Formats: sequence, C-alpha cells, structure tokens
Amino acid sequence: MGALFRSLVLFAGFVFLYGPIAVLVVMSFNASRLVTVWGGFSTKWYASLLEDQATRHATLISLEAAALSSTLATLLGLCAAVALARFGAFRTRTLFFGAVHAPLALPEVVLGLALLSAFVSFGLERGFVTLVIGHATLTMCFATVGLLAALRSCDPAQEEAAMDLGATPLQAFVLVTLPSIAPALASAFLLSFALSLDDLVIASFTTGPGATTLPMRIYSQVRLGVSPQINAISSLLLAVVGVALALSALAMRRKRA
Amino acid sequence: MPRFSPGRRIVLTAPYLWILAFFLAPMALILKISLSHPVEARPPYEPLFSLAEGPALWLEKLQALSLETYRALIDDPLYLDSYLSSLWLAAISTLLTLLVAYPFALAMARAPRHLRPLLVGLAIAPFWTSFLIRVYAWIMLLKDEGLINHALMALHLIDAPLEIYATSTAVVIGMVYSYLPFMLLPLYAALERQDPALREAAADLGASPADIFWRITLPLSARGAVAGSLMVFIPAVGEFVIPDVLGGPQTLMIGRTLWSEFFTNRDWPMASAVAILLLALLILPLVVVERLRAEGEG
Repeated sequence: MGALFRSLVLFAGFVFLYGPIAVLVVMSFNASRLVTVWGGFSTKWYASLLEDQATRHATLISLEAAALSSTLATLLGLCAAVALARFGAFRTRTLFFGAVHAPLALPEVVLGLALLSAFVSFGLERGFVTLVIGHATLTMCFATVGLLAALRSCDPAQEEAAMDLGATPLQAFVLVTLPSIAPALASAFLLSFALSLDDLVIASFTTGPGATTLPMRIYSQVRLGVSPQINAISSLLLAVVGVALALSALAMRRKRA
Repeated sequence: MPRFSPGRRIVLTAPYLWILAFFLAPMALILKISLSHPVEARPPYEPLFSLAEGPALWLEKLQALSLETYRALIDDPLYLDSYLSSLWLAAISTLLTLLVAYPFALAMARAPRHLRPLLVGLAIAPFWTSFLIRVYAWIMLLKDEGLINHALMALHLIDAPLEIYATSTAVVIGMVYSYLPFMLLPLYAALERQDPALREAAADLGASPADIFWRITLPLSARGAVAGSLMVFIPAVGEFVIPDVLGGPQTLMIGRTLWSEFFTNRDWPMASAVAILLLALLILPLVVVERLRAEGEG
C-alpha cells in the first residue's frame, strides 16, 4: 500500500467513524430545528435542558447506577479473574469460565429477559437495586476478561518471593500484584462505568418506575423523532467521554515517558 | 474444594454465587417459562416448580410441561420470518463490515510505527461513546430530508430523495457503523503481527504486490477476519436498538420481535421461547468463539 493511498484510506475511515458524531455536535448548536437549515449559532437547546426535570433526574439515576454497578463489577471481576488465573484446576472451572464469559456474547435482549424473569420469581421489586444488579452482571464479564489478561501477564514468582520473605498470601497480593495490575483495574472500572451509562436494553428490562435511566429517556424521545434537545444532551455525553478518554491517554503517555 | 484456604474460598465463592444467581439461574428460568402455559396473572405464566410443593407434585408438573408455545412459534410465520431476516441482515452487515474494515485495518497496520497506538486509540474511541447516540446520529444523515439526500440533491446527482431511513438498508448501514471497531481490532492485531520480512522475501523472489497480498497477507490474517466476523455477527443477530431506531415497521428482526412480545403483548412464555431459539441459533458461532478464546487462553 502506497503512503498516499494509505493516508486516503485512513482519512475515509475516520470520516466514516467520526462524521455522524460531528454532525450531531454541530446540530446541537443549530438555532433551527431542521437538519438542513443553518439557523445560526445558538445554545438555547442546552439552556432548555436545564429546565428539563425528567432528563436531569434520569441523568442522576444513570450516574448513580453506573458508579455502584461498576464498583461491584470490578470487585467481582477481580475475584473471578484471580480464581481463574491463580487457583489452578478446580471442579466446575470450565462451567465457571464459560458462564463468566457468556454474557459478553449473549444478545442483550436475552440477558435482559432472563434477569427480569429471575427478579420476578425471586420476589425482588423492580427498581434501582435490580438495575444495579443487572448492570453489574453484564459488566463484570468485561472486567473479568481485562483483569484476567493483566493477571496472566504478571509473574507469579514475584508474589512467591514476597511470601518467602514472610508476607501472607493476602499481603503479597495487595502489596505486589495489585499495584502492578492497577491500570487494568482502572480500565475495568471505566469500561464498566461507560457500558452501564450507555445501556438501554438491560435497563429497560430490569428497572422499574422511578428509576428511568438517561438512555431510556433519550430512547423515548428518539422514538418521537429527531429533536435538538437530544442533540444537546448527546453532545454533552460525548464531551464527558471525550475528555475522560483524552485525560486517560495523557496519563498513560506520561507514565510511559 | 477442601484444599482451598478460607480466603481463597471467599474469592471464588463471591463471583460464583453471583453468576449462579444472576446468570445461570435466570437462563434456566426462561427455559422453564418457555415450557409453561401463559396465564392472566402476575407473573403472566403458570409457575412450574416450587420447592414448597414437594417432590410428589413435581412429577405431576413435569407432565404439564408443554411445547405449546414452541408449536405456536413454528406455526406463526412472523417468528420464522424474524429469524431468517435477522440472520440475513446480520450476514450482509458482517460481510460489509469486513470489506470496510479490511483496508482500514491494513492501512493502520502499515502506518509508521509511532503513529499506530494513536490510530488504534482513535479507531476504538467511538466504542466508548453511547451506542444509542451514534445510531441516532444516522437518522439526521439518512432521513428523506436529511443531510445525505440534501447534499446529493444539491449536487444534482439525484432528483428525488433516496428512501433509506426506516428501511433494512438503514439497519445494515447502522450495523456496519456501530460494529466496525469490533472488526477492526482483531484484523489489525492479525495484520500488525505479520513479519514484513515475509513480504520482502516474496518480493525478492519476484512476486507482484497483488501476489503478495493474495498469497501472504490475506491468508495470514484469516484468523483475525474470522474472529472479527463472529464479533460482529453474533450481536448483530440479536440486535434491538439499530432495527428499532433506523428500521421501518416492516424491518423484522428477532431482538425486536422478542422485545414487543414482552413489552407490548406481555406474553412471557412466547418471549422466552423466542429467546431460547435465538440462543439455539447462535450456539454454533458461540462455540467457535469459545474455542478461539480457549486457544488464546492456552
């Protein structure tokens, strides 16, 4: 592939990936409601968001659910990854390995339906708690995969050396292994957070009245058609994710340098 | 697990119980619900087993297990059409994603070494942003009065708007766009790993660039292409958001049928049966994915 052709392919690829996102952000500043008419620069759609109680409430619910479920998912994922990486063979390890990975590939509608049926038969009232459980179940798989890879790449001899020098297994893990997988822990948490914040399908099945999430709120408005308010809230979400990604990229670069 | 210390037991038991309670039990439950009769109640299906009833009643209940829902599912062409159309749309989307992603991944893999981490970062960054929002953005582009039609008409390339929005074409475009990062990563990994010395040796021996591509680059990236295709195909078959937001009322996909069976018709046994058959459909690709993953685990 020639250098010029390569650059053209890369350019076209990134225009395809980022073009629709750019259109969305530009349109959120369009005074006109029409996509094809530029009515001048305006921040009125952002201002109208401030008065939208339902969206604000949904945003709070989403952030709380994401914070709780990603914390749970990271802890459970860490336990699962340690068990899979360090405990050697145990009975039903294959079942455990498969079950931990399966939700990754399972259609979300199936997992959502299964969770809801379980909550109903367990007698759990649908609401914020079931929402958090649903999101933690989905995202712990992503956390496990990332943490398992990180644990595999760090040398168990270091932990053994610490134990030879008198550390308990727990001390050795916390003082030696944990710091070296800290970046993987952070990215497992962030990925779980982002997935929870983004999820529509599992949330629709598992949540109840009073715990409507932001994607559910956006979805109900999308069904009514394109609206500049959705463009505005979407742009804000994109900005938050963009800033977080840029900061973590900078942090990684500084660490390497 | 007698040889495990108490600490280890806790580490294993916590995620194990969680997965048991909130994944394995729920999956067994929908299998059960799919075999029970719908009733007007809450929950809207006849409970099958209950520990309180004792084993004597279980046998009786076991005989009451019914394939009625599955029979109804096979008899109604809506479901068969949904399955076939899901498989078809997912297959086309996977193929198109592969065709779009291949040159893209190749260009990334052959870019100067110091640029590659940045390019990979940019290619997967959209995956971190909201899926729903990225799908929604396409409405503005694809609508009859949207940007693409507006631009094409302004350039006098077309006289009447292309009717893409609310069709299966829009769904395919949405899937290619949304799942592109899933295809890019495994392809890039496979292409980047290739030793440039192989291509140089082939060129020294007189192979043309086309020969080199078809006989070295492409075969060596086949595993990446298979892995990427499965990563796209499997979620695409069960996709709900894309057909619902970009598709029209006539766009049948099984995820959407399951959703309306549950939320609109409140037919739990039917929704569960649809889910079970969807899993049955995906079992082969899932097994292949697990095998690839197990090979990776070593």
